Amino acid sequence: MEAILLQLFNGLSLGSILLLIALGLAITFGLMNVINMAHGELIMIGAYAAYVVQLLFLTYLPEGMFSWYFIFALPASFLLAAFFGWLLELSVIRHLYGRPLDSLLATFGAGLILQQLARTIFGAPNVGVQSPTFLAGTIEIFTLSIPASRLFILLLVAACVGFMFYYFYKTKSGMRIRAVMQNRKMASSLGINTRRVDSTTFAIGAGFAGVAGTVLTLIGPIGPTLGTAYIVDAFMVVVVGGVGMLIGTVASALGIGMFNTIFEYVTNASMGRVLVFILIILVLQWRPNGLFHLRTRSLD
Amino acid sequence: MHERQSFFTTKQGVFTILIVILAILPLLMSDFQTNLLGRFLAFAILAVGLDLLWGYTGVLSLGHGIFFGFGAYITAIYITIESSGGGLPDFMMWSGMTELPWLWQLLSNPVAALSLAILVPMFVATLLGFFTFRNRIKGVYFTILTQALVLTMVTLIISQQQYTGGSDGLTNLQTIFGFSLSSPQTQLVLYFLTLIVLTVVFFSSLRLVNSRFGKVMVAIRDGENRLRFSGYNTAHFKTVVFTLSAGLAGLSGMLFVMQIGIVTPTMIDIIPSIEMALWVAIGGRGTLLGPVFGALLANTGSTYFSESFPEVWTYLMGLAFIIVIIYLPKGLMTIGDKLTKKRRGSHANQSAGKPTKL
Repeated sequence: MEAILLQLFNGLSLGSILLLIALGLAITFGLMNVINMAHGELIMIGAYAAYVVQLLFLTYLPEGMFSWYFIFALPASFLLAAFFGWLLELSVIRHLYGRPLDSLLATFGAGLILQQLARTIFGAPNVGVQSPTFLAGTIEIFTLSIPASRLFILLLVAACVGFMFYYFYKTKSGMRIRAVMQNRKMASSLGINTRRVDSTTFAIGAGFAGVAGTVLTLIGPIGPTLGTAYIVDAFMVVVVGGVGMLIGTVASALGIGMFNTIFEYVTNASMGRVLVFILIILVLQWRPNGLFHLRTRSLD
Repeated sequence: MHERQSFFTTKQGVFTILIVILAILPLLMSDFQTNLLGRFLAFAILAVGLDLLWGYTGVLSLGHGIFFGFGAYITAIYITIESSGGGLPDFMMWSGMTELPWLWQLLSNPVAALSLAILVPMFVATLLGFFTFRNRIKGVYFTILTQALVLTMVTLIISQQQYTGGSDGLTNLQTIFGFSLSSPQTQLVLYFLTLIVLTVVFFSSLRLVNSRFGKVMVAIRDGENRLRFSGYNTAHFKTVVFTLSAGLAGLSGMLFVMQIGIVTPTMIDIIPSIEMALWVAIGGRGTLLGPVFGALLANTGSTYFSESFPEVWTYLMGLAFIIVIIYLPKGLMTIGDKLTKKRRGSHANQSAGKPTKL
């Protein structure tokens, strides 16, 4: 029983990480129909931002303060990744609206450049980021002992998702984003500056990638190619969830995380992957547009 | 074709000139360079296949690395069996195997191995194509699924150490049909074999795109819904083109592995798969000729720069992606078009199958 509960928690934990990575993608993909392959590199930028903040704390502040670095690393990584995202939108993606396949290839190129930039600055080998002490131990819940960092990630992701829902469905600018998503031309003719909505939204999506990067520092060492390991999975989450629907992304991230863990537990890591892939293809037979999607009468 | 157009400005003409040059080049180059160029020719076969799918039908597969990989691995398994002279390959003994697994025994037959190198990728592509196209999963969704296919398969190959050599790949490839793979003569034969295959593939593909079937392919790219409403089952057409393209990738992998003598998972992973799309994009989508040039130039550049300036090369490649996609959507063929247009004045209506919209 305990083993099963632990697996369930692991599934939830993996799902929450996938969700955090896919959140940003879901927005940019849904809103602008742009495939941002450099999303993985934005994650990497967030992770290195956390690394640098940690280094600064180690060098300049007394040891007792060290654990507080994490509190600063989160906003720092959000802002830095958001800045890079904004830059990317301005320089590359702006030219590629309405050409999703081209945006995929061009942003892959941008990703290569960012990776090499990280290699030039920080070197090719992975670097470790020391977890803050308050996240190092385990926490006992009933009979389960759960790593504190994993629990923290779960709560952080829940907070991020909560914020997204609030932002999208309760604020004015969230409403504008949804309006542009649903009908760009109509929104534009009603006076919404769609260019501004695009760049703001893209920056927010990138910022969440940065947060995801900081979270990944809690799990293992980071390197220039950190993002590539997660990017394809994150896209699968968006595809299965349905484009432009937050609730779909949440459901599919948790579902994929859960099934991945279960399959891996029953078989092994690589067979687990194969089974998840087959499962995804099967789900798409049943719901070709993803689990949730906006009902429209348009053809594509 | 326009009547007054001279043969040497048509695709057939330019390609023929290219082939003649490529047939002469081995005389002027060292054995090593010939071998290198031979590998790029194998890539060019894949690029032509990818162009049929992406350039003409508008379906981008970023999974061609794995189809290439199936071809390469199956051929490599056959060569490994032959090279180890009936015994067990080293890596299998290290993994504690005592006899050849049944799949390997099947592949010890050259006819079976060489045909499966092409048939297995085609089968996988048919399967994936059938289950996605019939649900009208298209565009980027399909592309993402092909990427996931690569990721899944590469993970599987790496994990099956005892059958595939794991992350080291298959390295001990020495003889094929009794000929040493390291001898320059064998390599020269393989070079010309690859050249001939490329020629056949190119001219057949050109025929295909100028046929009725080719018109349907372009129509799928430019207006799939209209075609569907006219009563065509576009899913079938797309599955066929995807399968064909995967078969060419397998063929390319087969010829490639014979010339390089090693196959590892890193050669067929996500990033090489995307680079394959770059060859097509650089050369010019929907032109067939462009991707051949794209594959040759991109790989020559890659080899030169990655040896001399490895750091700069990654930046250059990233920039190449961005610049070609944003500013040269028709790739290097745009430049060729402009030149011929200038010379031929107002005779701008070129070869028939040329797309106007990408």
